[in-house]
Amino acid sequence: MKKLFTAAAAVALASAMSVSAFAADKLKVGFIYIGPPGDHGWTYQHDQGRLAVEAKLGDKVETVFVENVPEGPDAERTITRLARQGAGLIYTTSFGYMDPTLKVAKKFPDVKFEHATGYKRADNVATYSSRFYEGRYVIGQIAAKMSKTGTAGYIASFPIPEVVRGINAFLLGAQTVNPDFKLKVVWVNSWFDPGKEADAAKVLISQGADIITQHTDSTAAVQVAAEQGVYAFGQASDMSAFGPKTVLTSIIDDWAPYYIARTEAALNGTWESTDTFGGMDSGMVGMGAFENMPADVKAMAEATTAAITSGELHPFAGPVYKQDGTLAAAEGETVAIGDLLGMNWYVQGVDDKL
Amino acid sequence: MSAYEAIILTIITASTPLLLAAIGELVVERSGVLNLGIEGMMVMGAVSGFAMAQITGSAWVGILMAMVAGTAMSLLFAFMTQTLVTNQVATGLSITLLGLGLSGLIGSGFVGMPGIKLGYVSIPVLTDLPYVGKLVFGQDPLVYISLGLTVGVAYVLKRTRMGLIIRAVGQNHDSAHALGYSVIKVRYACIAFGGMTSGLAGAYLSLVYTPQWIENMTAGRGWIALALVVFSTWLPGRLAAGAYLFGGVWILGLYAQGMGMGIPSQLLSSLPYVATILALIVISTNRRLSVINTPASLGRGFVPDR
Repeated sequence: MKKLFTAAAAVALASAMSVSAFAADKLKVGFIYIGPPGDHGWTYQHDQGRLAVEAKLGDKVETVFVENVPEGPDAERTITRLARQGAGLIYTTSFGYMDPTLKVAKKFPDVKFEHATGYKRADNVATYSSRFYEGRYVIGQIAAKMSKTGTAGYIASFPIPEVVRGINAFLLGAQTVNPDFKLKVVWVNSWFDPGKEADAAKVLISQGADIITQHTDSTAAVQVAAEQGVYAFGQASDMSAFGPKTVLTSIIDDWAPYYIARTEAALNGTWESTDTFGGMDSGMVGMGAFENMPADVKAMAEATTAAITSGELHPFAGPVYKQDGTLAAAEGETVAIGDLLGMNWYVQGVDDKL
Repeated sequence: MSAYEAIILTIITASTPLLLAAIGELVVERSGVLNLGIEGMMVMGAVSGFAMAQITGSAWVGILMAMVAGTAMSLLFAFMTQTLVTNQVATGLSITLLGLGLSGLIGSGFVGMPGIKLGYVSIPVLTDLPYVGKLVFGQDPLVYISLGLTVGVAYVLKRTRMGLIIRAVGQNHDSAHALGYSVIKVRYACIAFGGMTSGLAGAYLSLVYTPQWIENMTAGRGWIALALVVFSTWLPGRLAAGAYLFGGVWILGLYAQGMGMGIPSQLLSSLPYVATILALIVISTNRRLSVINTPASLGRGFVPDR
């Protein structure tokens, strides 16, 4: 029933959007959001990117967004509606919009689509994602240094490659400091449910985790950690305000440079279907301030960040072993890009099964 | 704090907002009105409570404001469905949509602010008792309020004249009207009570559960509360049991995952719903019992003949 009504809400929102008419000569750029821009996490950062496009190219483009669009048939309907209204470029900003985006793209060959974190493309569908795992590797190292129990709790959303990759990178980072570091994973099967994220954090802490990190969209887990005096990391945006004494750092997604570049390309006619996988080197992944940690841990985190940015260090550099003990990448190699993008296995040491 | 205390505390925190929202809706439905606007009233309570607490610096003022906001939303619903006799289902849905949208607008200035948390109760000696002290005497005040409301509603509905009138209005509004009771007034009062507890449930989310304001932070809890009312066959005792069953299975599912038991997380996430459906099936095998308590006029509009 809940789904049905969220759907009803999405449809109502979408129809509300259609009332606002577009100006005739500007490029119309549409954004589809999985959550509300006020989540202070994933969608918030995408909306910051949208605002940056408005600020930079406001005289040539007009942006419009639809929030809280569920992944599934409603996404298809909402994307279709934007395309019908004359949007020339549409960003769909969640993994689950992949197939709906491709379906709609087939029907509107003249509209350009950009799908975040997916792996299927077409002539008018580009994909883009960030190498968030680079940040995860850094926070994994910090976690292993700061943990007393040697156990971290990881609140995960859905078992898709992007999330699994983050878990693996976190643990690989941690293992460089403490080879026996343990990681407990709780899947909440939702991108956005502050209450459930908070519950998961409480459960993990009661099970001995003294570091909390999450791949969900709200600040709830960070707040629970702050209340219980446990270290945590911000995800997607800077969350230090929610735990001034306990947030060690945040992984910050910065979509603005990408959105501006791609929107400009669409304006100049140089837009092509590409696959972007931007990391620390392109500025799409950034780290917040390193706080609440001793100077040596901070120095290590800064050195690792610098090494990843320069390309000297790859979080998935071999030897990497899968959970079942098979070798994923030998010494001197890195895990193949295809394997990274479609990652469906854990590295050794994760206390969970996929 | 031992692990078992932590689990029980977490279960109580997860169940309380469901119970708060559902106990009010139970009274509303007992009076023959179906209000699908719980989610909207809750989220308005959450945002108003949070905003007021931020402005005044007091969580209690926030809670009062949340109750006022929930009641205001419910009175809008009451005006539409009772005075203008609009369709209750459609009106309830529109209250939910209005609440979700309006709360986002009101709350836009409060996103990203760490909130004020309502403290826990602390009674000298009792709260410090080993094992049970913190669980029985050390919860936040709203937990006790939710349980008190449940007992109160059960008592009023079953033992008092007022409860009899509410049930009569819900069973057969024409007869109640013929007996001289003002169906519309009784329903207005019940709807307002439902709005108040929904607002309270919202305040629980933004001032206790996760002290912050995030758009759409109710995340469907209003709909779960609505289902629980049906699950309970409109009986307050069963409602409390249902809310705690749902919260308990929900938290134990997360707990099992953290233990690394290798049970698929999708299965664990669906367990609270499965458990609720199973309980519903078991209850409805006793046809007589569910028929007796179902308000016969549920969802039907009433126009007094003049």
